Amino acid sequence: MLRNTIPWLIAACAGSVIIAAYFVPSAQGWQDTIGQWFEVLASFAFVLGGVNLAMQNLQKISAREPGWGYAAVTLMSFLVTLGVGLFKVGVPADSSGSRWGGSYQAEGSAFWWLYEYAYNPTISTIFALLAFYVASAAFRAFRWKNTEATLLLATAFIVLLGRTYAGAVLTSAIPEEYSAFTFPGLTTLIMGVVNTAGQRAIMIGIALGVAATSLKVLLGINRSYLGSGDG
Amino acid sequence: MAWLQTLDRRWIFLAMLLAVALPQLLQVRVPEKPTPLVLNVFRKIEELPEGSRVLISFDYSPSSEGELAPMAAALVRHCCEKRHRMVLMTLWPDGKPLVERAISRIIEGEYAALGLQAGRDYVNLGYRPGKEVVIKTIATSLRAEFPTDDAGTPLDDLPLTAEVTNLQDLDLLISISAGFPGLKEWVQYASSPLKLPLAVGATAVQAPQAYPYIPRQLLGILAAVKGAAEYEVALGERYPNLAIPERQDAVRRMAPQLWAHLLIIALIVLGNVAALVSRPRGGVR
Repeated sequence: MLRNTIPWLIAACAGSVIIAAYFVPSAQGWQDTIGQWFEVLASFAFVLGGVNLAMQNLQKISAREPGWGYAAVTLMSFLVTLGVGLFKVGVPADSSGSRWGGSYQAEGSAFWWLYEYAYNPTISTIFALLAFYVASAAFRAFRWKNTEATLLLATAFIVLLGRTYAGAVLTSAIPEEYSAFTFPGLTTLIMGVVNTAGQRAIMIGIALGVAATSLKVLLGINRSYLGSGDG
Repeated sequence: MAWLQTLDRRWIFLAMLLAVALPQLLQVRVPEKPTPLVLNVFRKIEELPEGSRVLISFDYSPSSEGELAPMAAALVRHCCEKRHRMVLMTLWPDGKPLVERAISRIIEGEYAALGLQAGRDYVNLGYRPGKEVVIKTIATSLRAEFPTDDAGTPLDDLPLTAEVTNLQDLDLLISISAGFPGLKEWVQYASSPLKLPLAVGATAVQAPQAYPYIPRQLLGILAAVKGAAEYEVALGERYPNLAIPERQDAVRRMAPQLWAHLLIIALIVLGNVAALVSRPRGGVR
């Protein structure tokens, strides 16, 4: 009862109110209240996430699992960032002269320094590495082996050229009235017609699936999100 | 052709490094022409009367900064040029410093001469957890979500937000988006139910998902660095003070993109040639 029925009733009531608010304007206040509750819960999820991260990594370190050194680095980075943020290390004093009055991520603070000079360059570098792996994958995996692959290859060539100046230069001899046949023109056609048609079909399919799943959750048919295993 | 089949991938990495770095170091520039989807956004901001309220949501993290920061900067610059009043926010926890950076570098830096004031000409709402629920709530009540701005000042005490009850009191919404929550959620919970004008800037990966919403739920898209470069060119044509390399970050990034794309095409062709040559005659692969 406590583990299954009450959480389901809360989910069903909240979901029903949000649906009702869409059609009944007077129920919009309730919807806002539920929204605020959700945000409080979402904030707790950050705490839960932090505890989970600490436990997982501590477990790896204590069991000396392969790669436990990485877990130690993760845990240390997490604790240092949390510590300097919570204790406002290096935060400049505010107008009243109090260090505790300033923002934890004010310019010059330790948290700000970590964001600017550790987190920001690290995450940008990791993302930039994609360019190298995309190039390597293009050489090794993008093969012209059947009709579907040929279509994909042709589309990739057109869009890759159409999204740069090279596409415009290569098809510059084509008269203005036939601009739809230039690389940029073909790219616009692929993105605006072929891609849009495919995306819309996928989106409508997903929306119908979401509606069906939501209904099952509201009616209590699907309770797998409660960890009960059924549904 | 045997060398092609056993090509060390570190040569490919080196080629990619050169393709990106050389045009950047040699400051090669390639011309860009604004496309209709970009011009739709540009014209909308241009046509809004001076002092209009524009909400810009920085829905991305530093990982996408290389792709999205130039368009965020161009949009903020355009709003400054037009003296529009900006409400800035983010749905991403690590997006908050990016909003602050845009304020300090552009609004308080490049446009310091205009004397734009926090609270009167722009408001930083900061970040709230809750993802799409934040949009859904501010659609009906801004204060239910943001009782104060990021500095802790009540919205009623700020001239810009004192008269704003919800999203419907704003003249234009802009989401610069790298994923979830982002452009799709702004369409689903703001522009579509409230019939509000929404423009988006998106990463190359996310842009195809935005096309189905054109033209009724989205007025335009700035797709990746190219979209930002086109916007910078449109801005430079209208405001010559912005047609300088320091204000055209995205235009600068188009030459490395051109050479990187050409390299990828060459690698695909080479890879297929190598596969074709190594294919056993009469054999089935």
